[in-house]
Amino acid sequence: MSSTTAETGLSPTPRRARASKPPVAPALKRKRRRELRVALAFLSPWLIGFAIFFAYPLISTVYFSFMHYDGYNPPNFVGLKNWNYVLTENPYFWQAMRNTLWLVVVMVTLRVIFGLGIGMLITKIKTGAGFFRTAFYLPYLAPPVAATIGFAFLLNPGTGPVDHLLGKLGLPQPGWFNDPNWSKPSLVLLAVWGIGDLMVIFMAALLDVPTEQYEAASLDGAGPFQRFRYVTLPNITPIIMFAVVTGVIQTLQFYTQAIVAGQVASGVISGAGTNYVPGYPSGSTWTVPQLVYNLGFQSNDDIGSACVVSLVLFVLAMAFTSLLMRRRSGLMGDD
Amino acid sequence: MSETLTLDTPASAPAPAPRTAAHRRAVRNRRLNWIAVHSLGIAAALFFLLPFVFLFLTSLMSDNQTLSANLWPQHWVWSNYVNVFKVPGFTSWWKNSIIYSVAGTVLTVVSSVPVAYALAKFRFPGRRVAMMAVISMMMLPPQVIIVPMYLVWTNQLHLTGTLWPLIIPMAFGDAFSIFLLRQFLLTIPKEYLDAAKVDGCGELRTLLRVILPMIKPAISAVALFQFFYCWNDFFGPQIYLAQNPASWTVSYGLQTFHSAHHTDWNLTMAATLLVMAPVIIVFFFAQKAFIEGVTLTGVKG
Repeated sequence: MSSTTAETGLSPTPRRARASKPPVAPALKRKRRRELRVALAFLSPWLIGFAIFFAYPLISTVYFSFMHYDGYNPPNFVGLKNWNYVLTENPYFWQAMRNTLWLVVVMVTLRVIFGLGIGMLITKIKTGAGFFRTAFYLPYLAPPVAATIGFAFLLNPGTGPVDHLLGKLGLPQPGWFNDPNWSKPSLVLLAVWGIGDLMVIFMAALLDVPTEQYEAASLDGAGPFQRFRYVTLPNITPIIMFAVVTGVIQTLQFYTQAIVAGQVASGVISGAGTNYVPGYPSGSTWTVPQLVYNLGFQSNDDIGSACVVSLVLFVLAMAFTSLLMRRRSGLMGDD
Repeated sequence: MSETLTLDTPASAPAPAPRTAAHRRAVRNRRLNWIAVHSLGIAAALFFLLPFVFLFLTSLMSDNQTLSANLWPQHWVWSNYVNVFKVPGFTSWWKNSIIYSVAGTVLTVVSSVPVAYALAKFRFPGRRVAMMAVISMMMLPPQVIIVPMYLVWTNQLHLTGTLWPLIIPMAFGDAFSIFLLRQFLLTIPKEYLDAAKVDGCGELRTLLRVILPMIKPAISAVALFQFFYCWNDFFGPQIYLAQNPASWTVSYGLQTFHSAHHTDWNLTMAATLLVMAPVIIVFFFAQKAFIEGVTLTGVKG
């Protein structure tokens, strides 16, 4: 009560009286409390969002992972049955895990190497830099569905332009999205095509490397490779780490391209229907997120098992996210 | 000999170089280097641009030609771009995509700016934890929480088959946008805020009058990212809209296009390029803001 009057400054006398006594502590406390209230007001949209769209569904996912639930009849507790089903009986889980792991290793590695290469190239280009920058960046902007359909056409065995060109040049014509051995490499090709984001990040990092360090290295007789190894690389290591970790998290979510490529290549596309066998060809493009969709929405409304796969995905993503939150990563900012 | 020297002098003007064999070698190396770098650049540009060229050429072919070995259209069938709009639903997909993208972008910006401002500039207990929560949300695969969210939207709210389940969450702040805005806000010196306070501005007025004009570049970057995210979104529409074709967006509708028009690759490619077009046009108008935004996500090492 008295704090309100003091705060609004309506009655100056008692406030001056109090300020002359052991001062600071209560005033400071009040100030802190007020600051917290203002902070909460500013944060409120996100706090509500956090509760509704993060905390609630996450807890709910854990709950459903122990339930048998089809989405209509009331759920009933089945203990570890869903976990057991997913980890030992589901025919696709380990295949999806292997595919996702393969994509994480190959796709992230190639994207980072290629992104760094293109980033270095663009910093060296003197003539027409604007044109090259736009050209390298453009594919990243192509909506994933459109880009995937485009690639499925370009690489289509027998009819695609790339296939024709390879034939004319007398080169082997692989089955691309239709061959189980080539489907994942084809997805990697598509991902490397859209390298623009990494190119820009690396370009900015490379331009930040102090030029004196290069000059000093040159004076010491360092060649281009040594300059790269001992000047460039140590300077951009944090950015490379950032690109790798975010790349891993993105690739764990790899979904749209895999599902669209499989559907277009197989020639079976289901708008609202569900008659498509995922992972075409031969399960080679199954990924973990697709299994969530398949179990929960497509095959038999096995919501419990879908939630188990969700939680596996959650644990994997959070393990890598924790790497990003270490102090040195720079992600947390100033404090 | 004297010829080459006169040619070279402007390039090496600052240091009047000794006209030696070593100097000539350096000049030659620099030229070879230029040729090597630009040849590589052209090769890379072909890799990035040729797919667009092939798609474009195919979109202008006649029905029969798309499956032939010819890469160049025999007749330029520009009417493909008109006929594509006669495909059932195609125009309504556009309407839905525009509603989703515009409403989603506006709501995201309005709800994310105050949150980012509080996280960047306020001191309060639990600030670090809040930031960790933002990063966790940002990195959360959407598939992790999709099942319970779908159940709420369909069983309790009966809103599946409409755009609402996609748009409403945007009113509660987007983690990536909050993160990006905060990174930018951290670069604004505290003195500006102190000055505003001395002038008697409350927090809200400080944000609206002082901060907002300063963070325009970051806001345009966030708006662009969010627009692209909504436009490209496939997973959300697949979950919430699949049951009702009238509510489909272009990114979702596009994949059904090919099945309805089996071998009509020309129409499919015309539709594909049309779906890419808004994103690329917006990019050309806002290239600078966009590149700045991408750079900001990489944060300073």
